[in-house]
Amino acid sequence: MSIDAVSTTSAAQRPLSMTRTLVLDGVSKQFDTGTVALEDVDLTVGAGDFVSVVGPSGCGKSTLLRLASGLDAATTGSIEVNAHSTSYVFQEATLLEWRSALKNVELVGELSGGLRSERRAKAQEALDLVGLTGFEKQHPRQLSGGMRMRVSIARALVADPDLALFDEPFGALDEITRLHMQTELQKLFRLKEFAGLFITHSVSEAVYLSTRVLVMSGRPGRIVADIPIPWSYPRPPSCATNPSSRPSSARSPRRWESTHERARHDGPRDRDLWQGPRVRRGHRARGRDLDA
Amino acid sequence: MPSGPRVVRLRRGVVVDKVLPTVAAILGIVGIWYLVSYVVLSADRRFLLPPPHEVLGSTLGNPNIMNPMLAALWQTVGVAIVGLALAVVIGMTYAILMSQSRWVEKILYPYAVILQTIPILALTPLIGIWMGYGFSARIVVCVIIALFPMISNTLFGLMSATPAAHDLFTLNRATPAQRLRKLQLPAALPAIFTGLRNAAGLSVIGAIVGDFFFQQGDPGIGGLLRTYTLRLNMDALFMAIILTAVFGVVVFSVFAALDRIVIGRWFGSTDRR
Repeated sequence: MSIDAVSTTSAAQRPLSMTRTLVLDGVSKQFDTGTVALEDVDLTVGAGDFVSVVGPSGCGKSTLLRLASGLDAATTGSIEVNAHSTSYVFQEATLLEWRSALKNVELVGELSGGLRSERRAKAQEALDLVGLTGFEKQHPRQLSGGMRMRVSIARALVADPDLALFDEPFGALDEITRLHMQTELQKLFRLKEFAGLFITHSVSEAVYLSTRVLVMSGRPGRIVADIPIPWSYPRPPSCATNPSSRPSSARSPRRWESTHERARHDGPRDRDLWQGPRVRRGHRARGRDLDA
Repeated sequence: MPSGPRVVRLRRGVVVDKVLPTVAAILGIVGIWYLVSYVVLSADRRFLLPPPHEVLGSTLGNPNIMNPMLAALWQTVGVAIVGLALAVVIGMTYAILMSQSRWVEKILYPYAVILQTIPILALTPLIGIWMGYGFSARIVVCVIIALFPMISNTLFGLMSATPAAHDLFTLNRATPAQRLRKLQLPAALPAIFTGLRNAAGLSVIGAIVGDFFFQQGDPGIGGLLRTYTLRLNMDALFMAIILTAVFGVVVFSVFAALDRIVIGRWFGSTDRR
């Protein structure tokens, strides 16, 4: 299919993708109950990639993540992880209710051993990074849903992972918080340079965050499309939901691809595509709404 | 099982919330007592339930009655405390063992259930024959009665950590000891306190039942209950009943308060911003 052709070119053009952080090769998963959750899934997440998986609920997206993390074993196929450290962000924040925000992040260091002062400093750093400075001593019950998820993300980032797996982390958040968290996550991904595999049922979320979006079919789960998202980062939060905030040539990814390539040849102007006046206006207006 | 609202209630006025209903309940009991004494019972049958002021008047000011009664109560308190402590240690150990493996649970759980379902009164004579009729036999009865809620609540609590939390520990390569200490036991704490509260109430019953049957050595308040009943010493009998009731309420309240304070702190709900 033409989509595949696009994917190949795009991957070839991105030098970072030469390091393959996560490789699933012909992976299938059949549960003891006989249900086939995944069938013959090939998937590669390169260093610097942020790959989203979208699909109908119950299509095996979460199973895919559990296999990649090693929580469950594949029935057939091979899984290769080239990462010193892998972290996992759960659907719910999954915080320990009896621990303060800081102590929740510190847990990772406690379990792996290491100096108390060092792991506390790293936990503090991770909390600062997700914007929770000043909330260290709060217990999960005293935090909002979005803040709880921030703690959860801080906990995932505290070990400086090469690969971060996300299982619909923003699914339970309200729309405003969700948009805000997506922006933050994009920043973190750019800053910490981990490879990401992100499960979601929201197409706009996937498009906004990712370098590639994989589409899964219903049961048994199979990857039916691999769509590169060619826009450079940072992306304005509205780009996935509001076509008018994109450059006019970029309304469809297919058409945009050619523009993108032209921009690449022009070198530095690549980034300028997102810095046009229309885009900036959209970005600012949205940002102010969110801060309010 | 323990949940959020209980903790929130702490913030409301303690006086309105706790003291008033208690006072009302006591007044209600006293009112009904007088009603039965004076209205329901005719004068010649009033000895069956002497009015409160007669009970208090003839006992409280009489050291010959009060001194042995308080000594006996103290003896029973001792049995209840030792029995409760043993029930807590044994119950939690038992539950922790069961929580560590499915098949250990399958082997151990039936014993706990049997212990719970056999009527203690059927076992009591046997315990007397085996253990003698003194302090240790009373303790054993007390432990048997108080043990089950400790086991079942602790086990429930240890199992209450979510699958995702367990995944988190698995992904971070936690050892079984780390999982127990940093996840399962802390998660179990609210349930353990529920168990503790129930076990405390039951340990009082167990101690009284124990010294009701085993009268060797210093008598407990249960032993005096029996003696007063046999002698038809109604004023002393009622005073002894009041003392045991107060004892039970005090024990229950202490553990209920402990529960709220500890669990509140634990989850940070009483922290000020």
